[in-house]
Amino acid sequence: MLSVLFMGAGQLYNGQIVKGIIFMLAEVFYIIHLIPYTVKSVRGLITLGDTPQKMVGGRIIQGDHSIFLMVFGIISIMVFFIFAAIYIINVKDAVNVGRRRDKGYDAAAFMDSVRNLSEKGFPYLLLTPATVFILFLTVVPLIFGVMIAFTNYSSPNHLPPRSLVDWVGFRNFINLFKISSLGKTFTGVAVWTLAWAVLATLTTFLAGLIFAVIINSNGVRLKKFWRSIFILPWAMPGFISILIMRNMFNAQFGPINKYLGAIGIPPVPWLADPMWARATCLLVNLWLGFPYYMAMMSGVLTGIPQDLYEAASIEGAGAVQKFRHITLPMVLFATAPLVINGFAYNFNNFTLIYMLTNGNPTNNEYFYAGHTDILLSWLYKLTLEQSQYHMAAVVSIIVFVFIASISTINYLNTKSFREEDMVQ
Amino acid sequence: MKAPDAINISSAAAVGTDACTGGKASACIIVQANAGANDRIITEHPGTIAARTGEQPDIPGSQPLPAYKKRKANIRGMIVRFFIYILLAATAISCVYPIIWIIFSSLTPGNSLFSTKLIPDRLTLEHYKELFIEKDFGLWYMNTLKIAVLTMLFSLVLVIITAYALSQFRFRGRRFYLVTMLVLQAFPSFMTMIAVYLLLLQLNLLDSHLGLVLVYAGGAIPGGALLVKGYFDGIPRSIPEAAKIDGASSSKIFARIMMPMSIPILAFVALSNFIAPWMDFILARLVLRSASKKTLAIGLYEMVAEKTSTEFAMFAAGAVMVAVPITILFVVLQRFMIHGLSEGASKL
Repeated sequence: MLSVLFMGAGQLYNGQIVKGIIFMLAEVFYIIHLIPYTVKSVRGLITLGDTPQKMVGGRIIQGDHSIFLMVFGIISIMVFFIFAAIYIINVKDAVNVGRRRDKGYDAAAFMDSVRNLSEKGFPYLLLTPATVFILFLTVVPLIFGVMIAFTNYSSPNHLPPRSLVDWVGFRNFINLFKISSLGKTFTGVAVWTLAWAVLATLTTFLAGLIFAVIINSNGVRLKKFWRSIFILPWAMPGFISILIMRNMFNAQFGPINKYLGAIGIPPVPWLADPMWARATCLLVNLWLGFPYYMAMMSGVLTGIPQDLYEAASIEGAGAVQKFRHITLPMVLFATAPLVINGFAYNFNNFTLIYMLTNGNPTNNEYFYAGHTDILLSWLYKLTLEQSQYHMAAVVSIIVFVFIASISTINYLNTKSFREEDMVQ
Repeated sequence: MKAPDAINISSAAAVGTDACTGGKASACIIVQANAGANDRIITEHPGTIAARTGEQPDIPGSQPLPAYKKRKANIRGMIVRFFIYILLAATAISCVYPIIWIIFSSLTPGNSLFSTKLIPDRLTLEHYKELFIEKDFGLWYMNTLKIAVLTMLFSLVLVIITAYALSQFRFRGRRFYLVTMLVLQAFPSFMTMIAVYLLLLQLNLLDSHLGLVLVYAGGAIPGGALLVKGYFDGIPRSIPEAAKIDGASSSKIFARIMMPMSIPILAFVALSNFIAPWMDFILARLVLRSASKKTLAIGLYEMVAEKTSTEFAMFAAGAVMVAVPITILFVVLQRFMIHGLSEGASKL
């Protein structure tokens, strides 16, 4: 139809004048303002700039800034897609109205279309603000991050505006495994990250379970008192507790070593020795994390029907058996998604590591990383401290694929998502 | 006798954690009641006691225990109970100790970590005073408060409308949108940091609180919207549909039915977005450059991380002043937190 040639033409032909003019204006605007810009920035995206910054007679002549070119390239491609979507809607609309006219109906008046749009398009309208946010604050940065992984954007030789950045293909990915210091760091840090995430989740989960069972069992008095005290570590702002802990475990002046000294135990290098530092991280995490699971499981425990326990006692089951065959399965069933989320959270628990040890003690064999660094804190150091953006991007792609697949599987397995469309 | 009561209570408690206190209190009463009949053996649930004391003689197999066995069980129970209380007390001390330690450190004269004692010779408020005179503590506090309130409002609005659209409407691309949000939610913010920095630079929002609020709110959308959407899904569709038949408009249904029914989850989302800016350090450090824009987290971190523990007492004073309101807020609204988390997770 006509609309394929020029947006809005079809609507005009159908007699929908206002709509036609709006579509036409949109296209004119895009052609005049945005096409030259799009072409320029896409070219920039491909070449990443060809004129480096020069010094001429002591004055700096600005060259191309590769990274800006890249960001604008991505944005203009997105704008192009939005325009293409509008274009397709425009053609479809003209075709639809045309068909209706062939069948003898009148083309809808402009106000009718508006009403129709506001009814059918209502959910889209509601989603627009969130979509804009997500596009610009997450999707664009994300695409940008993925692209960085295929460039040599890093200090000292490829840092704009002084010099240009180039595409390098898969070289960074190959280097991650080929260059021995990098590969060693990556595997070392990745193994510790996994071990940390598993142990941190397991210890907090078990401690939470034990205390929930104890507090909820009948022999224990002052339930409310214990519960409110145990909830305190969770209620405290996390970074403050971590900073307090960092000082408490201070090997020279910290109170813990002072007390140990008082009863004759030599000072423990809590944060200085690699193994001790890792253990301290786990210990602090246990302190911070168990109240969360305890609170969660208390809710589950009170929900277990008492007749199950009665039936079990009648059958002659002891406390241990009842715990193993009733309490544990019920709790596991109810908290499994939370545990998996907890694992993902610990995997990315940058705050704890960074604030407690800052990744130290340093490991000389590692590439800008220490013994307690997890992947995420290593990433932080690579980007913000060492400007090794290209390697950081490669590592974060790997982290992302890992975490995203875990949480997606977790979510898809929840009952509500699978049954979602059946219920409605 | 006792056993049916227990079932009722447990099912009442299962309704939600806010029923917990009630459920707990009644459970305690049962313990007391049983305690009279039987010398409080450590068992897991009232049902066991009821069965052992032979309160249900009609059930075969539950005979009263011989006396010697009872005594043995008593001694064992006492030992177990003793260890349980030791464990509880030890844990309680380790939970409270860091808090007490930091409070006393903030009141002890002398500024270094070395001069702290658990029980100081003399108490002083000088560190609190220094905090306001030597540092811009008041300014940091106001900055953080402002950012926190704005982030809360902003993200709450965005989360609600997004969740509402995803929950109440069926439209093309909905499932794709859901899965995208889910994947994005799991994304570590580091990878986006450089690009976000450049974007804010271009929009002239670098080193401004508005820029930081936008970044926080944007980050809160995917996770929060999924959580609230799950909650909205749990509201039976017959309720808004009935209102629709009665002639209520979409906006009226939204304001009069959906909102009031979702207060727990909305409180949870609001609270977690209010607290997040108090804790965040990385993004704040990336976006805010000038000293006058600093938030509490940056200010406090710099006190202990950059200078080697010489400003420790001042940090302690600052930590107390941040932790007290947040902790109180948390404890007061705790039931919303727990409720929101477990509800949201089970309905995700």
